[in-house]
Amino acid sequence: MLLVLGRRLANVVPTMLAVVALVFLLFSVLPGSFISGMNEDGRSTIDPAVMERMRKEMGLDDPLLERFAKYVGHTAMGDLGTSFRTREPVTKMLSTRIWPSLKLVLAAMTFAILVGVTLGFLAALRPGSWIDTASMVGAISGLSLSQFWFGLMLMYLFALKLQWLPSFGYGDGGLRHIILPAVALGVGPMALLARTTRAAVLDVLNADFVRTARSKGMSERRVVEWHVLRNALVLVITIVGLQFGSLMGQAVVVEKLFAWPGVGSLMVDSVFQRDMPTVQGCILMIVLFFLAINTLVDLAYVVIDPRIRYR
Amino acid sequence: MNTPLLKVDNLRIALAGDGVTYNAVENVSFEIGRGEAFGLVGESGCGKSITALAVMGLLRRPLSLGGGRIVLDGQEIQDAPAAEMRRLRGKRIAMIFQEPMTALNPLSPVGKQIAEMFVLHEGANWRDAMDRAEEALRQVRVPSPERRIRDYPHQLSGGMRQRVMIAIALACGPDLLVADEPTTALDVTVQAEIIDLMAELCAAKGTAVLMISHDLGLVANMCKRVAVMYAGRIVESQVADAIFATPSHPYTQGLIDSLPRLGERARRGRQRLTEISGVVPSIQAYPSGCRFNPRCPAVTDVCRSSAPDITALPADGLVRCHHHG
Repeated sequence: MLLVLGRRLANVVPTMLAVVALVFLLFSVLPGSFISGMNEDGRSTIDPAVMERMRKEMGLDDPLLERFAKYVGHTAMGDLGTSFRTREPVTKMLSTRIWPSLKLVLAAMTFAILVGVTLGFLAALRPGSWIDTASMVGAISGLSLSQFWFGLMLMYLFALKLQWLPSFGYGDGGLRHIILPAVALGVGPMALLARTTRAAVLDVLNADFVRTARSKGMSERRVVEWHVLRNALVLVITIVGLQFGSLMGQAVVVEKLFAWPGVGSLMVDSVFQRDMPTVQGCILMIVLFFLAINTLVDLAYVVIDPRIRYR
Repeated sequence: MNTPLLKVDNLRIALAGDGVTYNAVENVSFEIGRGEAFGLVGESGCGKSITALAVMGLLRRPLSLGGGRIVLDGQEIQDAPAAEMRRLRGKRIAMIFQEPMTALNPLSPVGKQIAEMFVLHEGANWRDAMDRAEEALRQVRVPSPERRIRDYPHQLSGGMRQRVMIAIALACGPDLLVADEPTTALDVTVQAEIIDLMAELCAAKGTAVLMISHDLGLVANMCKRVAVMYAGRIVESQVADAIFATPSHPYTQGLIDSLPRLGERARRGRQRLTEISGVVPSIQAYPSGCRFNPRCPAVTDVCRSSAPDITALPADGLVRCHHHG
C-alpha cells in the first residue's frame, strides 16, 4: 500500500514540471501578450514608454529559460506569482475557486456513477431487454452530446420553461444551483460508464469462475453478488478514475456556460487576457487534481484486487 | 442390474446457428452405476464437454438440450425447473473444470470459495463453513490448510488450485462427480497425483465419476467402462481393458495407435508418431454417412452413404461401424 503510494507520489513532480514547461512553451509561441492585448482590444492606447516599463516589471522581457527557472523556483515554494490582471497573488485567486470546482466535479461524478453504473449493470443482467436497448441508446446519445448544447437545453427546460431550478450562478452554493451544471458535466462520463459497466459485467458473466459458481448450485442472484460484482468493479474503477481525473479540465465549458465561479471559468477569462500566471496556476491545479485522483484509483485497486497487493 | 445412478438416454444437444439448428451431440446414451467411474474420450470438439454440461444442466446459449432423457437416481432431470436443478448441482452432482487457473474467482480467498458450498447446501453459517473448508482442504492434502484457506487463487500452484476445485466439488458428498479434463492443464507429474487423489476420495465416499478426457490411457486407468465419442456420437463403448485389447472402431484403434509408448524409439528407431490424419469436422459440416469416413483407413462406399447402426459387443459393449456385425 505504502509502496504504491510512494511510487505514485514520486511521479507527481516530474509530471508537474513537464506540464509547466509545456504551458510556458505554448505561451511563448502564442502571438501577443497581456500588454499588447490591452492595446489591441481598443480599451486604451498606452504610451510605448509605459508599455516598456510594464513589460520589465512583469518580467516579460527576460529570456524564456530564465523566466521558466524563476517560475519553477517560486512554484516549488508555493508562490504561483501575481495575476497581471488583478494584481492579486494567484494562490489567493485559486483558493476561492477551488472549492466550487471540486463541488461541481464531485456532484457530476456522483451523478455519473449512480446513474451510469446502475444502468450498465441492469443492461448487462438483461441483455437484449428493453432496459438494455434504452440505456445503450441513452449512452450513445450521452456520449455524442456536446456539453455546451446539452447545458443550454437543460437551462431551457428546467430553468426557463419549468422554472424548477435556477439557470445559472453559484447562488448560496446549495444543491439547487449545482444540479444543472453537474448533470451537464456528468452526462458524458455517465454514458461512458454505462457502456463500460455493461461490457465489464457481460465479460465477467462469461468467465470460467462464474460457470464454477453456477455449478455449485447458486442462484443467479448469488452468483452476481458473490462473484460478479467485485470482479466487474475492477474494470469499472479504471474508467471512473480516468473520467473523474479529467473532469476538472472538462468543466471549463460548463463552468463558463453556467457562470460557475470555478477554476475552469477563471482559466478561460485569463486565457483571453493573456494573464499568464493565472492560466498557469489553473492548469497546475487541474493537473494536480488529475494526478491525485489517479493515485486514489491506484490505491483502490490495491484494496479490491489481491493480485496487486502482493506484486 | 439395479437402477443406475445416472442414465443418459438418446441425448441430443442443439446448437443454434444463423437460422439453422445443428445437432452438436446426438444419440448419446450411457449409464453410470453407483460409485462407478465412467470415461468419455474423444478429440477436442467431439462434444464430450457439452455432454457434461448438459448433465449438469449448465448448457447456455447458443447450446440447448434438443432431446433425450437425463435420469439421476430414477428421477428425470432434463426438464427440471431451475430451482430444483440448483439444489441438485453441487449437492448431488458436482463438477471439476479443466482450467484451474480461471475456474476460481481471483478476488475471493479459496477457503471462502469452498465454504460457500456449506452455506448454500447445508445452511451453515460462515464461521462453521470456514472451519469445514479448512478440513476439506486437509482432505485434498493441501499443506498447512489453516493458512491456505486465506490464500487467493493466484498464490497457489496449478496443482493446488485443482485440489481446491476437488475440495469444492466433493464438499457436500455428491453422488456423481463430473470431471471435465481435470488434469489437462497440469504438469504430467501433478496429473498422476490429482487423478490418484480423485480416485481415492471418490472411492472412499462412494462417489461415481464421469471422467472426460482426450487421454485414453488416463481414462482407462481410472475408469471401469469407457465410451469413445466422435463428432457428436458415441462410436464405441467397452470395458476399459477390452478397449485396449480389442478396439472395434477404426477411430478407437487410431487413438490407441497414436499413444506414444515409452521405449518405442529405442526399439524401433526414431519414427514419426502414428496419427489419425485429418481433423474433427466442425458441427456445421458433419459428413454424411459414418462421420468418421473422411479419416477412416477402412472406408468403403457404404460408409459414405449411410450412418452405421449400433452393433452389440460382449459385456454390454457397443460399436457403431459398418464393418462390425
